[in-house]
Amino acid sequence: MMDALRPLMKPHRLILMALAVALVWWCAVSLNWAWLPDYWNNGLILQGLWTTIWMLVASWALGLFFAIWLGLAQAAGPWFVALPAKGFCSVIRGTPLLLQMWFLYYGLGSLFPYIPWIRHSWAWVYLREAWPYGLLALTFSFAGYEGEVMRGALKGVPHGQLEAARAFGMSRFTTFHRIWLPQAVRRVLPTLGGETVLQLKSTPLVATITVIDLFDVSRRVYQDTFITYEPLLLLAVVYMAITGLIVLFFRWLERQVPTKTA
Amino acid sequence: MLAYLTSLFEPGHALGLLAWSPPGWGQVFLTGLLRTMEISVGAYTMGLVIGVIGAFGKLYGGEVIRDLFSIYTTVVRAVPELVEILILFYAVPNVINQVLVSMGHDRITLPQLLVGITVLGVVVGAYMTEVLRGAILAVPHGQIEAARAYGMPPAMVARRVTMPQMLMNALPGMSNLWLNTNKDTALLAVIGFNELTLTTAQAAGSTKAYFFFFFAAGVLYMIISILSGRVFAFFERRSRKGQPQIRGGVI
Repeated sequence: MMDALRPLMKPHRLILMALAVALVWWCAVSLNWAWLPDYWNNGLILQGLWTTIWMLVASWALGLFFAIWLGLAQAAGPWFVALPAKGFCSVIRGTPLLLQMWFLYYGLGSLFPYIPWIRHSWAWVYLREAWPYGLLALTFSFAGYEGEVMRGALKGVPHGQLEAARAFGMSRFTTFHRIWLPQAVRRVLPTLGGETVLQLKSTPLVATITVIDLFDVSRRVYQDTFITYEPLLLLAVVYMAITGLIVLFFRWLERQVPTKTA
Repeated sequence: MLAYLTSLFEPGHALGLLAWSPPGWGQVFLTGLLRTMEISVGAYTMGLVIGVIGAFGKLYGGEVIRDLFSIYTTVVRAVPELVEILILFYAVPNVINQVLVSMGHDRITLPQLLVGITVLGVVVGAYMTEVLRGAILAVPHGQIEAARAYGMPPAMVARRVTMPQMLMNALPGMSNLWLNTNKDTALLAVIGFNELTLTTAQAAGSTKAYFFFFFAAGVLYMIISILSGRVFAFFERRSRKGQPQIRGGVI
């Protein structure tokens, strides 16, 4: 414990920390936080936090699932599978997420009401809302970026491993899920934490298509009370805290995985 | 052939919505693209300046400078760009005006372009600092020691030894960062900046041709990405002259 604290015990760091504490104190005392209890009590802040987090988790999981297929298609598929997968990754990585999101929400969303069988199907209840489009855009984005990473990771697994697996008589599927994928995931793991933080930082974009996430709540506070800085500062602190948790989680996860590679 | 292509852009034809003069949106659309490029280039240049100062400061500066730059890069990279852009969008003109007023000058309205460039430049600078720092660290230490042993002053070591050698390590990261900067300009649409994405949304909204305009904007962004990928790949090959080849990725 004391060893962990030792780097902080240098004089200039103590001064910096004192300044930081003073800054926080000044922010707490002289800025206007009167709006905070209202928005906490009406549940808007918690609702926004919840939306942000489940958007992140859902798009992360779905995106990673698609990414594995995209990577596999590019690393091992025939050209008529590899080419569309590569095209998808290039388009996702080459255009702004905001544009993709607006394309899905305003473009697709404006098309659906004119198709009668969609209007009368069970999916219409969801397609009327904004969040499916936000989730879809975030998922595509994560799949596109991570698909490219997966391609490299799958290609990086030594070919001898796969040949050995086939020689043991494993089927192609068994080879994939026992030998190929686990080793590829191990290669992806160091970058996965960073990509997850990037994904977190993409989530506020869903506020631009009227999903009530954390960022949207801060904008509502501004619209209601004309208080500019306080909601944004609090928002920045909350995002920093979530980023810190993600970093810690992935550091822990990396320690769970044996690092010795063949 | 050319006549056929230009006829496509006439009102009523396939690409009539993109005709140069109203009711076509061609001119507005390309102005948006120009704005996007202006902000990207400006913010990237500013990020480059901050990055060089930050990287050298973080590696060779005193303890205080090092810690301050660490705080800057950590905080900027941990908070969503959209939130930072919004905070800086309000804060930068405010701070400048308060400084001006305290010095006895009048308040000024800053040009929108300058605010956009500054806001995005501060964000890009943090990432650039890390890219350049990593690249400098990859320069063999013996090279820098040898240069010092020859009696070169620090600025000359940086100019003649560190910079040229770190360039080949830095260019892949710089290329990525340029693409990110270019895409991040779209975020300025949220604060009402008339760049390509907002122009597209306005054009799409008033013509109801959502698919058409968003697709066209996507094509423009893709062209920029592909072209700049090629340019960076060319410079990377140049800076790698005489080094063992590695496979460079082009988007």
